[in-house]
Amino acid sequence: MEKTLEKNIVKGGGFLFNHPHFSEIFIPEEFNDEQKMMAKATQDFIDKEVFPFVERIDALEEGLMPSIMTKAGELGLLGVCIPEQYGGLGMSFNTGMLIADIVASTGSFTTAFGAHTGIGTLPILYYGDETQKEKYLPKLSSGEWKACYCLTEPDSGSDANAAKTKAILSEDQQHYLITGQKMWISNAGFADLFIVFAKIEDDKNLTAFIVEKSFGGITMNDEERKMGIKGSSTRQVFFNDTKVPVENMLSNRQNGFKIAVNILNIGRIKLGCGVINACKQIANQSTQYANDRKQFGVSISSFGAIKQKLSQMAAKTFGIESASYRAGQNIDDQVDVLIAQGHPEHEAKLQGVEQFAIEAAIIKVHGSDVLNEIADQGVQVYGGMGFSEEAPMARAYRDARIAKIYEGTNEINRMLLVGMIVKKITKGEFNLKDELDFFNTGMIHKDTFDAAPLSKEYKAIKNLKKATLMVTSKALEIYGAKINEEQEVLINISEMVIETYVAESTLLRTLKLIDQSGATSAGLFINLTKLYLFDAVRKSKNAGYEALACMIDDEAHLDSLLKVMDRLTAYNHLNTSRLSRDIADEMILQNKFPYTLYS
Amino acid sequence: MKILVCITHVPDTTSKISFVDQDTVFDKTGVQFIIGPYDDYALARAVELKEQLGGSIMALNVGLAETEPTIRKALAIGADEAIRINAEPKDAFFVAHQIAQVVKGGDYDLILMGRESIDFNGGQVHGMVGELLGIPSVSPVMHLDIEGNIAKLSREIEGGKELLEVALPIVAGCQEPIAEWKIPNMRGIMSARSKPLNVLDPFEDEQKTVVENFVMPAAKSGIKMIDADNVGELVDLLKNEAKVF
Ligand SMILES: Cc1cc2nc3c(=O)[nH]c(=O)nc-3n(C[C@H](O)[C@H](O)[C@H](O)COP(=O)(O)OP(=O)(O)OC[C@H]3O[C@@H](n4cnc5c(N)ncnc54)[C@H](O)[C@@H]3O)c2cc1C
Ligand SMILES: Cc1cc2nc3c(=O)[nH]c(=O)nc-3n(C[C@H](O)[C@H](O)[C@H](O)COP(=O)(O)OP(=O)(O)OC[C@H]3O[C@@H](n4cnc5c(N)ncnc54)[C@H](O)[C@@H]3O)c2cc1C
Repeated sequence: MEKTLEKNIVKGGGFLFNHPHFSEIFIPEEFNDEQKMMAKATQDFIDKEVFPFVERIDALEEGLMPSIMTKAGELGLLGVCIPEQYGGLGMSFNTGMLIADIVASTGSFTTAFGAHTGIGTLPILYYGDETQKEKYLPKLSSGEWKACYCLTEPDSGSDANAAKTKAILSEDQQHYLITGQKMWISNAGFADLFIVFAKIEDDKNLTAFIVEKSFGGITMNDEERKMGIKGSSTRQVFFNDTKVPVENMLSNRQNGFKIAVNILNIGRIKLGCGVINACKQIANQSTQYANDRKQFGVSISSFGAIKQKLSQMAAKTFGIESASYRAGQNIDDQVDVLIAQGHPEHEAKLQGVEQFAIEAAIIKVHGSDVLNEIADQGVQVYGGMGFSEEAPMARAYRDARIAKIYEGTNEINRMLLVGMIVKKITKGEFNLKDELDFFNTGMIHKDTFDAAPLSKEYKAIKNLKKATLMVTSKALEIYGAKINEEQEVLINISEMVIETYVAESTLLRTLKLIDQSGATSAGLFINLTKLYLFDAVRKSKNAGYEALACMIDDEAHLDSLLKVMDRLTAYNHLNTSRLSRDIADEMILQNKFPYTLYS
Repeated sequence: MKILVCITHVPDTTSKISFVDQDTVFDKTGVQFIIGPYDDYALARAVELKEQLGGSIMALNVGLAETEPTIRKALAIGADEAIRINAEPKDAFFVAHQIAQVVKGGDYDLILMGRESIDFNGGQVHGMVGELLGIPSVSPVMHLDIEGNIAKLSREIEGGKELLEVALPIVAGCQEPIAEWKIPNMRGIMSARSKPLNVLDPFEDEQKTVVENFVMPAAKSGIKMIDADNVGELVDLLKNEAKVF
């Protein structure tokens, strides 16, 4: 603990304005033996208790999913981040991320697990009073009770605060009577506990309640017929004068919207990190299939077009993995500092996550996008078999899709993350001017440290940051406070922010690995970093071009800025086919994803 | 019931195996290590027997410090304590000798092992330990129950199954379905940190074997599918290509 306190404390979104040293970031290789053993035990659990039953799970076999959840509870998987005094393990935020990462490969179970441990449990953990925590957390941690989270309604999805569900205080002032209709509620079919958001009288904001199934007045529609995660219970839930004791209000009246937003912040970073093992599994299966499948007399894995896909899978997975654990550790460090400053633990944990809301949104959007890209490539590697329900890719592809929609759609998250950056700039938390001085000083570079053998990449990333800030500052200059109305521009800026953060995370991770074990043994990671970066630069350049062209009609002015953009995105001298072959050959040889962290 | 479970620290079954130094040394770089799968069954049965009968479980490994994560896993699964004999396990006799010494000082009722390691797959250590201690050793044991001072076990033999009753103490080399292998639970993993892991110096011993070099098995050739009606071709291939007769 003491060691972490000495670290330079990072600010959320600060990565755009600083150039951190690799020693300042956490990499998953640094998980200790205990955490690695937990990861492995989690993998063993899903191998034994989930994978053999996927068909039956997807058929929504009565009682199966809750029984698996109960077993997960017995193993301790549901209480990883719950303090020991409430029956949990009291592990760090990043350990919780690690478990979410491993569970990710299980499709329907991933959602059931995430809804229970995330949005179902966390409102009580972070906002419950002592009595509520003592009463409910041990049951949720052991899996004796399963939880769900009822925010969305037919007429309020992204606009969550517009919910119409009502809570009316009873005449004797002992109960609230909750009435309303909730929609898309994960785990509803077997939940014992419902976190319900409702409005009291004509309040502007929602209020949250802890509702036990046994309170009565709860009915449900049939299971939704979904495109993917078919085995995850998703239902409409109706509350009809459900009698909730006043002491089951969570936090204060009208604090519900804030709870919803903050809990989704936490939920979403885990959701983003909770794609990693799914990506690895698709890469494993695709490599094995490509090795086995023969066409034109050879394994299809010998074709450059297939190698390109396999290596992209590896590079993209490496990216989201590097970014996730970097941000996760930032949160843990922030929490430690706040606790050391005397903040109560639950408050420190909340503020820790809040501080990194930008990174959380980045990881949610990028994780879900990457999973979908990889699943798509997986289907392609399998060819016709990719389109068949006999092979695993069809399910992987269908199951991946939801991640872009729930816990805040990717559009909402993209806008949110740029909005938060803009807010920090306008509030003076970050100084845009200093960073953009290169307009005046030419393009002089001061290296903050020697990044050999990745100096070119280090420079490319610094330039990406400048490109991102240049576009952002132009947008602020042109639109001022009305920037929020320019969603097309915001979406493009978000692309640049996301790619920059992830590319930098891969670079810093690799530099740290080189520092620990030398460039030779980090060869694979150097390749992955370069391949990732090449793509990130091109995407950022496209997004930057588009954003600028949306903002500026004057062609001469636009051209001058596009030229600057060209210079800031000049990372061109890279033979990607050689890189991609090197990476893929390693996968082909090992017949799996190219590196293993937790065996 | 005092149970000693001997565990190996072996490469994960999916590891890529290669050798260095003119094929005399196994190259460990990048290899992930696990508890030997058969040892896992032995340990799982030990945990069940302890739940049933009470007692304690000691895990034992002969190996260098690098094996400690594997030993911690055994503690997480349910061993109460562990011993690591601080030596490279040079060959089966060396290992057996070390184990026998520990047993002599420990008064164990049951010494459980895997039927074989999965690195060198010798299947010798249990027999040697039995001989060194002058107690029965049985392998491969597929069922094991304890009644009083008697171990009731069954093992696989050529063409059938043998049921045995043996007075304790015994050495048993275990395999499935003796127990369902166990996933360590999270709390077990956390408590493993504080369980005692005693490191002992090895007992002096001469090395009776030397490795000249390792040879990789020939790569498997592809599978040939032959039409069910075409027995002649099958016989021809078995004779002339596979040379099975
Ligand atoms: C399988 C599944 C499980 C779910 N589980 C839960 C759960 O457990 N609990 C729960 O409370 N909810 C849950 N949801 C609901 C989910 O969070 C919502 O579906 C999601 O927030 C989107 O809301 P919506 O469906 O109303 O879409 P809408 O809000 O109608 O969005 C439709 C489209 O419009 C876009 N859009 C909306 N507003 C804006 C804007 N301001 N600017 C730009 N674009 C915008 C969106 O990005 C999207 O592309 C679940 C949904 C599904 C499908
Ligand atoms: C770095 C290294 C170098 C080695 N070099 C050699 C070598 O040069 N020549 C050679 O023959 N072998 C070598 N070995 C193999 C090692 O000595 C074997 O693990 C040991 O010889 C056991 O032999 P076996 O395969 O016959 O085990 P088996 O008889 O198949 O094992 C049966 C059971 O015995 C127990 N057991 C076996 N080994 C151990 C152990 N180390 N600690 C605790 N319990 C154990 C386990 O329960 C196991 O399931 C080496 C191993 C290592 C890790």
